[in-house]
Amino acid sequence: MALKMVKGSIDRMFDKNLQDLVRGIRNHKEDEAKYISQCIDEIKQELKQDNIAVKANAVCKLTYLQMLGYDISWAAFNIIEVMSASKFTFKRIGYLAASQCFHEGTDVIMLTTNQIRKDLSSPSQYDTGVALTGLSCFVTPDLARDLANDIMTLMSHTKPYIRKKAVLIMYKVFLKYPESLRPAFPRLKEKLEDPDPGVQSAAVNVICELARRNPKNYLSLAPLFFKLMTSSTNNWVLIKIIKLFGALTPLEPRLGKKLIEPLTNLIHRPGEFRHEFSVSVLISLSSGMPNHSASIQVLKYLGLLAMSKILRTHPKSVQAHKDLVLQCLDDKDESIRLRALDLLYGMVSKKNLVEIVKKLMSHVDKAEGTTYRDELLTKIIDICSQCNYQHITNFQWYISVLVELTRLEGTRHGHLIAAQMLDVAIRVKAIRKFAVSQMSALLDSAHLVASSTQRNGICEVLYAAAWICGEFSEHLQEPHQTLEAMLRPKVTTLPGHIQAVYVQNVVKLYASILQQKEQAAEPEAAQDVTQLMVDRLPQFVQSADLEVQERASCILQLVKHIQKLQAKDVPVAEEVSALFAGELNPVAPKAQKKVPVPEGLDLDAWINEPPSDSESEDEKPKAIFHEEEPRPAKPRQPEADEEELARRREARKQEQANNPFYIKSSPSPQKVRLDMPGVEHIPVVQIDLSVPLKVPGMPVSDQYVKLEEERRHRQRLEKDRKKKKKKDKEKKGKPRRHSSLHTESDEDIAPAQQVDIVTEEMPENALPSDEDDKDPNDPYRALDIDLDKPLADSEKLPVQKHRNTDTSKSPEKEDVPIVEKKVKKPKKKEKKHREKEREKREKGKEQKEVRGPPWLTGPASQATCLLSRPSLCHSLQGTTGRKSLTVNPDLVGLFQKSSKHRKKKHKKEKEERSKDKKKSKKKKPPSDEAAEPVENGALDEDPLPVRGTSLADPGLSPQTYDIQGSLQKDSQVTVSVVLENQSSSFLKSMELNVLDSLNTKLARPEGSSVHDGVPVPFQLPPGISNEAQFVFTIQSIVMAQKLKGTLSFIAKNDEGSTHEKLDFKLHFSCTSYLVTTPCYSDAFAKLLESGDLSMSSIKVDGISMSFQNLLAKICFHHHFSGKRWGVALNKSVSVDGKCSDSTLLSNVLEEMRATLAKC
Amino acid sequence: FTLPVDRVGFFGSPSLSTFDISEDTQQQIIRETFHLVSKRDENVCNFLEGGLLIGGSDNKLIYRHYATLYFVFCVDSSESELGILDLIQVFVETLDKCFENVCELDLIFHVDKVHNILAEMVMGGMVLETNMNEIVTQIDAQNKLEKSEAGLAGAPARAVSAVKNMNLPEIPRNINIGDISIKVPNLPSFK
Repeated sequence: MALKMVKGSIDRMFDKNLQDLVRGIRNHKEDEAKYISQCIDEIKQELKQDNIAVKANAVCKLTYLQMLGYDISWAAFNIIEVMSASKFTFKRIGYLAASQCFHEGTDVIMLTTNQIRKDLSSPSQYDTGVALTGLSCFVTPDLARDLANDIMTLMSHTKPYIRKKAVLIMYKVFLKYPESLRPAFPRLKEKLEDPDPGVQSAAVNVICELARRNPKNYLSLAPLFFKLMTSSTNNWVLIKIIKLFGALTPLEPRLGKKLIEPLTNLIHRPGEFRHEFSVSVLISLSSGMPNHSASIQVLKYLGLLAMSKILRTHPKSVQAHKDLVLQCLDDKDESIRLRALDLLYGMVSKKNLVEIVKKLMSHVDKAEGTTYRDELLTKIIDICSQCNYQHITNFQWYISVLVELTRLEGTRHGHLIAAQMLDVAIRVKAIRKFAVSQMSALLDSAHLVASSTQRNGICEVLYAAAWICGEFSEHLQEPHQTLEAMLRPKVTTLPGHIQAVYVQNVVKLYASILQQKEQAAEPEAAQDVTQLMVDRLPQFVQSADLEVQERASCILQLVKHIQKLQAKDVPVAEEVSALFAGELNPVAPKAQKKVPVPEGLDLDAWINEPPSDSESEDEKPKAIFHEEEPRPAKPRQPEADEEELARRREARKQEQANNPFYIKSSPSPQKVRLDMPGVEHIPVVQIDLSVPLKVPGMPVSDQYVKLEEERRHRQRLEKDRKKKKKKDKEKKGKPRRHSSLHTESDEDIAPAQQVDIVTEEMPENALPSDEDDKDPNDPYRALDIDLDKPLADSEKLPVQKHRNTDTSKSPEKEDVPIVEKKVKKPKKKEKKHREKEREKREKGKEQKEVRGPPWLTGPASQATCLLSRPSLCHSLQGTTGRKSLTVNPDLVGLFQKSSKHRKKKHKKEKEERSKDKKKSKKKKPPSDEAAEPVENGALDEDPLPVRGTSLADPGLSPQTYDIQGSLQKDSQVTVSVVLENQSSSFLKSMELNVLDSLNTKLARPEGSSVHDGVPVPFQLPPGISNEAQFVFTIQSIVMAQKLKGTLSFIAKNDEGSTHEKLDFKLHFSCTSYLVTTPCYSDAFAKLLESGDLSMSSIKVDGISMSFQNLLAKICFHHHFSGKRWGVALNKSVSVDGKCSDSTLLSNVLEEMRATLAKC
Repeated sequence: FTLPVDRVGFFGSPSLSTFDISEDTQQQIIRETFHLVSKRDENVCNFLEGGLLIGGSDNKLIYRHYATLYFVFCVDSSESELGILDLIQVFVETLDKCFENVCELDLIFHVDKVHNILAEMVMGGMVLETNMNEIVTQIDAQNKLEKSEAGLAGAPARAVSAVKNMNLPEIPRNINIGDISIKVPNLPSFK
């Protein structure tokens, strides 16, 4: 065996390692592929060996090959083997390979779940780290679901290295498994305040990513980020936060104002990030700031980028920089040009549109590189068509621009141009005549047909041209010529969908020619046209494209039939035109969705009974679609004219349904009706043209610039002369200015044509909304979750039960304090402050000063019972674990409640706890109520011997105290006393003295005797309160103590000063010694089993308070701790306690009983 | 979206985490990226809007040119441009520290190490750590761990590879280094 191993390692020496492979590949430049296939064979051999080192080496080489573009997915299983190696070296290689080549479709990935879980809980931080890194690259929804809980646990790992990775990977998990977001969010939030900057920045990163997509859910975090922003020194974090605020400010306008100051400070901070900050500031505030078109290219780029962000909200401020931006268009750097283009989009107005587009057109001619040219083209179209063509005053100009654009070679945006042409021609009635003349010229010109090879190429324009010429054929000057152009044999080289449109529109054209000829009484001419059709159509009938073929054969038969009729001298024109009667209206893209379902129509109901299972598959469709409109069948010989026509109409309807420009015709009967009568509703305005419509030849858009100038000039003259209000030409009745000033504001430029921009139709009552714009497949949408809602039980993360023994051992600060361990070390106490702090926080008040909460001062003003809160600040800064305890006292109760039933079932504890945790959130509102009784109770209950004195001598200095254990020094407690001067005298030289007992001694300054007092380190002006702390040394905590003490002081007022004394008693209850100790569930279990705890219980009957109130009250009075409780409701409460010291236990329970009895 | 990490080019492979991209697409992206980046002038800006190939207009390429090497990151709009430029600088400096005067050949022959270093900086397409000292500390600790694992058993292998490496300086001389160039890219981030 040993021999074999030695032999193995010697063999290994001669295996190629990664360096050899790289070297080999470089040495075989000529036959690289061959060399690599050799290597792959070797690797396959190596993978078959048992030696893990050999395998790892092979996988390492594979990773390199994968980088070179070779498929290595066949080795996925071997990669997993290497991942599961026990040595970090190999594990790392395995995970690296996995992160490179695994993806969602890799089926072996599910085999990795347990391996990854094992690595995540590995004691070595690097094993865990490498697993997290790998997982982040190939996490799948299944992995995310199974591992979410483990990763959440790691978020509170002791090592920052692991914490930050775990936090970061949570984002990936959220993406794949959105349900995990809510349970994990509170912890993520905590990590924002993590002491390690790396973890903090990871948390900021994740939240920024989340918030970028759904900012409104994260508004509540704004104050937290605000604090981070002002305190953080990490530039990365700052940038992220500023970006985040950029997303939040639009939602919460007040935020913007608040941000100005800190941001200005940041800008002035020296450092290389300065410019980025200014830019980010610009972005987030969208307010005018210095423009950064500095000479450096980088800044130029960023400046443009920032401007484009500003543009969205404050277009005016950017328009001032138009010239600058136009200059950038000439920049040699393509990135900068593209940015500048973006900006232009927002800068156009009626006034400068023509000029800007002219400039762009010249760039189009100059531009090399199709990407940039395409970008220019789309921009031109975007710019012109934005906001329903609001900037276009002259549509003739626009059509000519479009036509010019068609001369571009090799663009991919032919369909865009086509769509624009169609849109304009349909919606702007006045332009149709002009459009038709341009389109027929397009159809005539051969260059477009020649370029038909490219899909989506410029030949798409022909689609629009053919359709426009056909549909508006009445405007054609020379229909016959156009008809011939459309029937040229070359047309058959066009893509199928264009040919189909050709065929259909040829008939429209034909119909209108027919009508023309018949009206002119030229039957021969009409017959010639028919003959032409009959001659040419067969070329389409032979088309390979089904649609073309079908349409062509239908039409061919129709034409043949007409021919026969013509031969008999029957006038057919009327009937043929009837085929295409009616007008098309533009319909809004969303209209179909908005059509209300008519009452009584159930779209989900079966039209026929669903076919029984026994029916064959083939029959089903027939049964279901029984009522479908009959599709045009194969060409038949025409029988009766009317039948033929009816069929045609049907076919046409069918075609409309398929044609994108008819999209709107809907299958629902109601909608179909809408289409026809709609025509009358379109407001048509009389055309008042000041420019001759017809421009001979192919117009060049430049002409229009000149024409436009002239026109405006003329208009101005006219206006001056008449000094009267111009006729309102604007269709929508825009308010006109009555002034005769010459300034050419936008509104003063009258459109050259009466533009009738037909609004798109929508069904009644349907409002265009953006709601349905959201893409349901958007992965971020799933993360749009309201994080402020309480968690529901069903939302808890799945926990693998059989794994719990492992997981519960790992530290979980958050959960731990719930299970309170018996106090092992004496001299520990808990304090009320946490409870109070919770209440306070829930009330959302930010009182940090050392004062009692308002509810204490009110009713107790006589007694002036102020509770000191020395520990408050401490608790606030405490570890997250502790905090969560104070926040969720209910949770403790809930847990304890359930614990009764499963004292021994520790395995389940974790799960239950997480459930409790969730529940606790829900319970917050009730606990608010609970706070009330507690407060009152506090007043009655607090042992305040001082009270008597202070009542007797109300002018002086009443006080309150609180006792808290100190963890740092054993056997010491700190008593905080709040002294408030309610008199009008000035108090000074205060000294506090206590009569020490055996058990409890006041810690005095060195060298003083037991009878000396401890000076209070401050003076009290009238009406002021302050807090003093005194340390006591305690011998034993098992008994309650009462100490007598005196406070002496000098009161000084107008009349002089007096020496006064105040007696008081300090009551040290047992419970006040208790302190919360975190305890892991396994340790807790051990403790319980160890048997050195004595047990005792009390039972109090007749309790009428709700459990929560009760619990809150107990917490408040006794800082409960050190015990497990089983509590049964039903008007009786029993409390079980376990403790290593039975005296302590019984005293504690006694105190508790006293408290309960008062309920 | 996210092309998570990785360098492209001679070296790396971008893997789109959200999509499955085949090795072919990957190579195409690399070639195209190299093509785009390498033909740009020295004095133009360091940003490039990539278009469809790299996943849409939200993404851009941010690159830095070091001698014969280009470091290209593909990022989406949630990252700050200057921040990424700085990240590249950190990356290069980190490489420099880890390899002691990094040169192109180091990157070529130790792809795995480069990957490991990158993994400490960028995880799953998100920036993990930008503090160079922290990164170097972690890398060193991992290397140490690796060495201690190798222990005795690793000795013969190390000896052999030392011998092999002795030839190394000569070999590169025969190779035309100029073409190799690229390395790079990486990542993108996030989605």
